[in-house]
Amino acid sequence: MKMKKTLTSFIVAFLLSALWLSSVSAVELKVFAAASLTDAMRKVGAMYEKAGGDKVVFNFGASSTLARQIEEGAPADLFVSADEIQADKLDKAGLLLHDTRVSLLSNLLVIVVPKESKLVIQSPGDLLGDAVKRISMGEPRTVPIGVYAKAYLVSKGLWARLESKVVPTENVRSALAAVETWNVEAGFVYRTDALISRKVRIAYTVPAGDGPKVSYPFAVVKGTENLAASKKFLEYLGSKDALGIFEQYGFAVK
Amino acid sequence: MDETWHIVWFTLGSALLSMVVILPIGLPLAWLLARKEWPGKSIVETIIALPLVMPPVATGLILLKVAGRRGFIGSFLHEHFDMDIIFTWRAVVLALAVMSFPLLVRSLRVALEGVSPRLEGVARTLGASPLRVFFTVTLPLAARGIIAGVVLAFARALGEFGATVLIAGNIPGRTSTLAVSTYLYIQLGQDDAAWKLVAISISFAFVAVWLSEWLGRKQRVTV
Repeated sequence: MKMKKTLTSFIVAFLLSALWLSSVSAVELKVFAAASLTDAMRKVGAMYEKAGGDKVVFNFGASSTLARQIEEGAPADLFVSADEIQADKLDKAGLLLHDTRVSLLSNLLVIVVPKESKLVIQSPGDLLGDAVKRISMGEPRTVPIGVYAKAYLVSKGLWARLESKVVPTENVRSALAAVETWNVEAGFVYRTDALISRKVRIAYTVPAGDGPKVSYPFAVVKGTENLAASKKFLEYLGSKDALGIFEQYGFAVK
Repeated sequence: MDETWHIVWFTLGSALLSMVVILPIGLPLAWLLARKEWPGKSIVETIIALPLVMPPVATGLILLKVAGRRGFIGSFLHEHFDMDIIFTWRAVVLALAVMSFPLLVRSLRVALEGVSPRLEGVARTLGASPLRVFFTVTLPLAARGIIAGVVLAFARALGEFGATVLIAGNIPGRTSTLAVSTYLYIQLGQDDAAWKLVAISISFAFVAVWLSEWLGRKQRVTV
């Protein structure tokens, strides 16, 4: 009997202290960011914390997935998309603080092949060749990298003939992984993803003026419980220090 | 053909094919587990059960490494037969087969254990060979339980997501299964289409589990 009482009071004490801890802990910012930003954002987040900023936790994924999660009420404070379409969608639904929306970064579309592959791609038309059986890219109806790649191939009049080779993936990093493991001969990713991987090489870079404009909009999510803190972190993301990091990873600063 | 029905037929076909692949392996294995004692039995039992409890995505990653073009099975098939597994319908069947295998073996084992060894013993003393005993005594007596197990494993295969999406992707008209397509429709914001597939999935699951339970109960009554 005594044992039971001790145990009960122990559990109560434990629960109370857990509650207390969770209420006094500092602000924790939840940032939903495009998969292509994974490495750069982690670095910037760590720098921000080190500089005395709030704790930042990330949820990385395809921008379309993240937008869908926010639509369904996921507790995000900040949304960073790899295309304007997904931000427009949330903006229209009144889920973003429109005044905070700012497009800070851009990127380039590249075609990657496994590092030791002998494939030469001088123009996107070379993807039609028999040596290329499959091409990975994000799901072309939803995931930004897939949407960009499709738009580009459509503009070149190649989409109809290449569509049957396309392997749609969950997000840009899975498209990269498919090339890294030799399971596809080529893939569309961003230049920044290609630079991070040691297992692929860039076979073709889509010139900035020739392809779709890859743009990363940032915005505070409406209904955030950490409005001031979110704005502060967004401001930091636009600072010289943070933009320097993004440039190191190969992003172009707008 | 309507996209939905293509997805339904493809999923049913892949699940059925995966059963055809694993039943000839699963049945003897289940018999060995039910009737014999041998060294390493508990280890084999544990390994077989792993896909049941491991994260499906972990199983998927292992399959990706083994069956990928750089994997030891994948590279062999690619070089000698010009055959690819990953991102083709074969990957779907592979994922469904591996993920439903533990459930199949478990159910078959229970079904075989339900047959009294005494009946088998009687047949043996009357001069029947072990193989003949298995096919004329054990198998007919366990038939209901075996079918129940196959139906249950088939139902599990119909719903597989984690391993499938990793090794087969979601190629419209070629590797899109019920579960993977449902996910895509949610991503697309086409909730109506997603709900349609969910309703179909629930119907299949309901019928399969009900049928499996019904068959299993009958077996217990007759033995």
